Amino acid sequence: MSRDEKNLLFAESHEWVDVSDTGGEKIATIGISAFAIEQLNDLVYMDLPAAGRVLSKGEEFGEVESVKAVSPLYSPISGEIIEVHRDLADNLDQLKDDPYDFGWILKVRINDDSELRAMMDHAAYKEQCSEAG
Amino acid sequence: MSTSLQTTPLDAWHRAAGAKMVPFAGFEMPIHYGSIVAEHNTCRGSGVLFDVSHMGRLRLDGDGAADLLDWLLTRRVTDLSVGQTRYSLICREDGGVLDDVLVSNLETPSGQQYFLLVVNASNRQKIWEWILPHLDRFPGVRLTDRTELTAMIAVQGPKVMAACGRFFKFDPNRLKYYRSVITEHLGKPTIISRTGYTGEDGFELIVRAEEAVRVWENMLLAGRDAGFTAAGLGARDTLRTEAGMPLYGHELSETITPVQAGLTFACNLASRDFVGRDTIEQLMTTGANQTRVGLLPDTKRVVRDGSAIFSAAQQPSDHQPSDQLPIGQVTSGCPSPTLGYPIAMGYVNSSHSKAERVLVDLRGEMVPARIVPLPFYRRPS
Repeated sequence: MSRDEKNLLFAESHEWVDVSDTGGEKIATIGISAFAIEQLNDLVYMDLPAAGRVLSKGEEFGEVESVKAVSPLYSPISGEIIEVHRDLADNLDQLKDDPYDFGWILKVRINDDSELRAMMDHAAYKEQCSEAG
Repeated sequence: MSTSLQTTPLDAWHRAAGAKMVPFAGFEMPIHYGSIVAEHNTCRGSGVLFDVSHMGRLRLDGDGAADLLDWLLTRRVTDLSVGQTRYSLICREDGGVLDDVLVSNLETPSGQQYFLLVVNASNRQKIWEWILPHLDRFPGVRLTDRTELTAMIAVQGPKVMAACGRFFKFDPNRLKYYRSVITEHLGKPTIISRTGYTGEDGFELIVRAEEAVRVWENMLLAGRDAGFTAAGLGARDTLRTEAGMPLYGHELSETITPVQAGLTFACNLASRDFVGRDTIEQLMTTGANQTRVGLLPDTKRVVRDGSAIFSAAQQPSDHQPSDQLPIGQVTSGCPSPTLGYPIAMGYVNSSHSKAERVLVDLRGEMVPARIVPLPFYRRPS
């Protein structure tokens, strides 16, 4: 399974979402973009939530820390966390190398997939990044 | 980008090399060229170049220059021989630190002697204005700001002296630590000082602005086989933190005295007077209320500037921030790439400076930390 970033949705705060339909349930896999990881530079720590926690759209669910700064992670959608990628915190180098496959952070059971409509597609996100850079 | 920011003579080079540029002390400066940690490790293992052209370079010529500086600096200047460089502080009357500086006694090839004061970028204007009123008392002294006419390049790392020394008319391998000389690189005048801010061996160069790119590229070329790279302010900060060196605006400020900062080695009190002397002498007798310490937080996270420090004896319940008064504050903190764990510096009440354990408020969570002597890193001798 290799995710193509062109098929992902992106939040202004640089999280990505990949939605899959499993037996009628919509599951969002969430991570942070290659651009965000590059901007953060040299990640040193990641704080992750526990499975079972219910997130609302825009809620802070953890933080990622680099040599220079701490950045909060925001949930791009509402739903219950059903899985957390626990190995990530000890393998931040791999997150940098592979942000869209190895680098997934959470799987969330989506309540309301209309929230996804507010997210950007890859082209729109790239445009946001080129303005920021 | 704001148009009010200044750029250094190496600005185009940094951008072409893919540097991330950030505003710092009125300049646009490279914070890194891809990875702070990689640049840090290259400095500890081989050699790196820093553009430090934002640092202020003030020149004092003429009769009375030594006496003027001797009055303003905490360290004696009148006995500085040609070619000597000293780390010193400039204090207010109440002992508050206005800046930490390097003063050098230099002589041009034509035999003209002058003093060079390298000051922090953020303090350049302040120190200029601090010196100005004293020129009335020393009418023979001429003060000039050389910052914008020159560039300053720090070349730092264990392989620097071997790789770069031979490219100067006067080989800096012949310079002892804290010595400086005006020499030539490819026929152009260069001030070279065996100084640095990383804890490694190396030197710092001051060249004419129009020579900056050529000198920079030559130093990179000289260190090519050894793997030299450019390094940004991010690595400069983690390197100096490991080396336990204070940074103005963090460990030093106008409300901190040299005694609190543990910099009494940079204060010569014997048979001389200078601005701030009485306060410093008094504090050296009575002891300072606060002391600069090293901190090793027991966490993978980074304890940063501004975090409050609490006594471990006043252990708050379930790791909630204490309602007790803090005993101190963190002034710098970073992950140490060399050691592999986070390090920090800060000030604690002197009564606690020998305490083994304290608690640090890490964004709301109380984290145990050990107080340790500085520096965290000392280069292998």
